[in-house]
Amino acid sequence: MSDSAPNLSPAKDARAQAGQWLERREFGPWTDADQAELDAWLAASPSNMVAFLRVERVWNRAERLRALNRPMREQSPAPQKTPLSVLPKLAAAFAFVAAFGIGAYLMSGNGEKSYETPIGIRKTITFADGSKVELNTDTVLRARVSDSGRMAELVKGEAFFQIQHDAAHPFVVTAAGYRVTDLGTKFLVRRDGKRLEVTLVEGSARVDPASPDAHGKSTVLSPGDMVLATDEGLKVTKKTTPVLANEMAWRRGLLIFNHATLAEAAAEFNRYNSQKLVIANPTVARRTIGGTFPTSGVEEFAEVAKGIFGFHVKTQGNDIVIQP
Amino acid sequence: MGDTSDTGCETADLHLRDAGMSASGVNEWFVREILPLETALMQFLRRGWRNSNDVEDLCHDVFVHIYEAARREIPHPAKPFAFAVARNLLIDRIRRENIVAIEAVADMETLGITIDEPGPDRTAIARQELRRLQAALNRLPDKWRETVVMRKIDGLSRPQIAERLGVAEPTVSQYLAQGMTALADFFSNDPTDTGGTP
Repeated sequence: MSDSAPNLSPAKDARAQAGQWLERREFGPWTDADQAELDAWLAASPSNMVAFLRVERVWNRAERLRALNRPMREQSPAPQKTPLSVLPKLAAAFAFVAAFGIGAYLMSGNGEKSYETPIGIRKTITFADGSKVELNTDTVLRARVSDSGRMAELVKGEAFFQIQHDAAHPFVVTAAGYRVTDLGTKFLVRRDGKRLEVTLVEGSARVDPASPDAHGKSTVLSPGDMVLATDEGLKVTKKTTPVLANEMAWRRGLLIFNHATLAEAAAEFNRYNSQKLVIANPTVARRTIGGTFPTSGVEEFAEVAKGIFGFHVKTQGNDIVIQP
Repeated sequence: MGDTSDTGCETADLHLRDAGMSASGVNEWFVREILPLETALMQFLRRGWRNSNDVEDLCHDVFVHIYEAARREIPHPAKPFAFAVARNLLIDRIRRENIVAIEAVADMETLGITIDEPGPDRTAIARQELRRLQAALNRLPDKWRETVVMRKIDGLSRPQIAERLGVAEPTVSQYLAQGMTALADFFSNDPTDTGGTP
């Protein structure tokens, strides 16, 4: 496979470059400018895009190799031959992973790291323990994943957590004065100032007030439960699977509305776009809509308001104003 | 997004817009539906094309065709579409190169690539995938493999890997980039793997 020929075929060249991009992103530092450069390279040709998606997929899949869970590296001598005669043990290792999750195998250093997404951008972080966090638009997350513990603080925005469970090192997320502790879990956390929503998708999790002296009790969630925390306290409601799926559509770059008012829909779009929809008129705001849009589909949405409802749409600076 | 019931107001229902509208929708579809077919597509192409060195490039071109089509409209179901693209491309190449009798292509249709049979259960797939990953890792040249393992399994940083391997940091980058690319190649192109097609 390694091509010693001076000229690689276009396909092999695209694949080699895809590997270089991934390497760059893997070792970092990875800035917005780097991301923009990568986006431009990907957009330049579908050949680049498919080469990148392909290498990225296998690289992400290689998470599974962690199941081999080598002995603590502190104890192993420096450059060592990788033990690769473990094949027969793999099925057992996999079963173990499926049943109990993977033991935390953590990066050295316990410095807190900050992860941010600008408006309209999503990002997936994979921690050394295999846990993943997908950040939605306009989100700030601070995380410290180390041997002594796993914590993250959602400063603002929305994030979907897929935690590799480790009973000895629970993953704790704090936000808006509450603490969410994973008990083996996928969950969604959305924070708007003091308003906090925690939705459990899979597994089990517990929500507590972050400070021990705060009033309020501990709430254990089961899948489909949504906790809404406001100044007035906690409220738990149940969400059906389709509703949940719609609310998670941002992970696919989509907004799905079902009987949402135009005001609600506009507020959702405004989270993802710097071009803001403005609906001041109450008649317009109350109309309802159902539909699936890309999160960047402000203009399509405005077209719908115009074409279907017959409203007037005009551009004012960076705003799109919809009125009767 | 609540369920606001609103007297006298019709709901505009517009669930027409496919995920194909957004680039990330196409990407996710492609990763989910098409990339897992690579092993089977490679086998299909290899049987129809003599020069096995070209097969990887050919498969890449199949992917590009599929991706471009999906940007216009997501084909459904994915698998027959993918094989149709592969077959057409192969016929195209064969015509252009004018080397293989057209019977070879007709013969491929009788290969019996199964299209809609339900696959093995998810645990079995995951286990098989892990085995293939491990096999792909084993086939990497030593330095690349060490680098991939130290990064992916041990989570070491670039300076740490450089120190352990006794090489400069840019060399580590090179090993990792090449190791990642080769891992993807070996993962989906294992000559010993029959991929479930007898």
